[in-house]
Amino acid sequence: MKVGVVDYGVGNLGSILRALEELRVTPVLVNRAVDLHAAESIVLPGVGSFFSCMKLLEKGGWINALREEVISYERPLLAVCLGMQLLADSGTEGSPNGKSCQGLGLVSGCVKSLQSQGCALRVPHVGWNSISHVQSGDHLFNHIPSGTDFYFVHSFGFVPAYPEAIVATVDYGVTLTAAVRSGNIWGTQFHPEKSSRAGFRLLKNFLEGPDC
Amino acid sequence: MKVRVIPTLLWKQFGLVKGIGFNSWRRVGSVLPAIKVYNQREVDELVLLDIVAHQAEGDLDYESVDEFGQDCFVPMTVGGGITRIDQVQRLLRAGADKVSVNTISYQRPELITEIAKLHGTQCVVASIDVRAQDRSWMCFSHCGQQSTGHEVVEWAQELEDRGAGEILITSIDNDGTMQGYDLPLVESVVGAVKIPVIASGGAGNYQHMVDAVKQAGASAVAAASIFHFTEQTPAEAKLSMAKAGIPVRTPYLG
Repeated sequence: MKVGVVDYGVGNLGSILRALEELRVTPVLVNRAVDLHAAESIVLPGVGSFFSCMKLLEKGGWINALREEVISYERPLLAVCLGMQLLADSGTEGSPNGKSCQGLGLVSGCVKSLQSQGCALRVPHVGWNSISHVQSGDHLFNHIPSGTDFYFVHSFGFVPAYPEAIVATVDYGVTLTAAVRSGNIWGTQFHPEKSSRAGFRLLKNFLEGPDC
Repeated sequence: MKVRVIPTLLWKQFGLVKGIGFNSWRRVGSVLPAIKVYNQREVDELVLLDIVAHQAEGDLDYESVDEFGQDCFVPMTVGGGITRIDQVQRLLRAGADKVSVNTISYQRPELITEIAKLHGTQCVVASIDVRAQDRSWMCFSHCGQQSTGHEVVEWAQELEDRGAGEILITSIDNDGTMQGYDLPLVESVVGAVKIPVIASGGAGNYQHMVDAVKQAGASAVAAASIFHFTEQTPAEAKLSMAKAGIPVRTPYLG
């Protein structure tokens, strides 16, 4: 299994690479969009702001490459943290003048600040929090029961246009999206690579695919 | 939301150290094995501070951070000697999830805003070291060596305004004493800001941690001596906290 980790110039990719190595797969850092096709499954990380990440994806020619691999070739995609938010149609974080900025458009919905979703608690939502399954049976959460703690760090959250896309939620004053799925595309707001054993299990579930 | 128990690893040249009141440093082992053990025990998070980096002539020790990150599958905050944004990028690349800034924030507080803009506010842990003086709490830089003239509440608010995602508040007076956190200090910072506050300095038993959360409102408790010098562990700390009604993370058994 060749797992490609998209390296478009942000954040810490070391921990996701090492978490995948722990699962005995050989992750490949993909730093040119043209090389993405060689990956059998794709991990999209994200750190920073929606706007700055989208700009980097655009600059590197990643937007079309990702859409092509995921839609046309149906490569499984796992998008992590801000990566998950980038799946949306639009977001405002970090954009100059506060206007909304286009996302990858792979899972319908938009990205909103936690406050605007009604969260009155301290933001960022940082630390360990327990997820709840929305619908049982998504293989991403095989052997990961509702109530399992994962590591979150975020100030914005994904609000999918269709609630069916939500596979797990997390409660932080209000109910927030913890994980989404649309066909062969998955996203987690939390960081599996920083969630110790529970995170390894989730990555393993993603790599093994729905049939196992 | 779970209250975190965070071992603080103070790192000086080649090893781990721990002092009392930011002084009389004593070697307590090597960094790497400590990180491995904490990982196997599924601690909630680790804070790793290079306590002499601000005196160093050269750049930060990214290679060591990279090595520490190899075995760390829980969030790792790295601090000590950060003065420029490019250092933050290199630390994140090397395996840090968040960075802790302290001394530079008094000289060039704009750096906090720069980090927050580029990497998000959640990436910046603003660390404040405080001594009680003349019935107020004053902030110190350079690992507790230099008085800054800033009073803690005003300073914590400024750090929040500039984009800090969390505040690590350490009482220099209580540090290493294992006599308990400075609860009024923690409480006053918690009351002054809306971002999460990590209590640090003075934990000697589990009840101290419970108090920091229940009485002072801390979102997380950091501790070093209690784990270095006693038989007490982060896992048992969380059991005690759970008994006191505090939500803590339970390990995933698989």
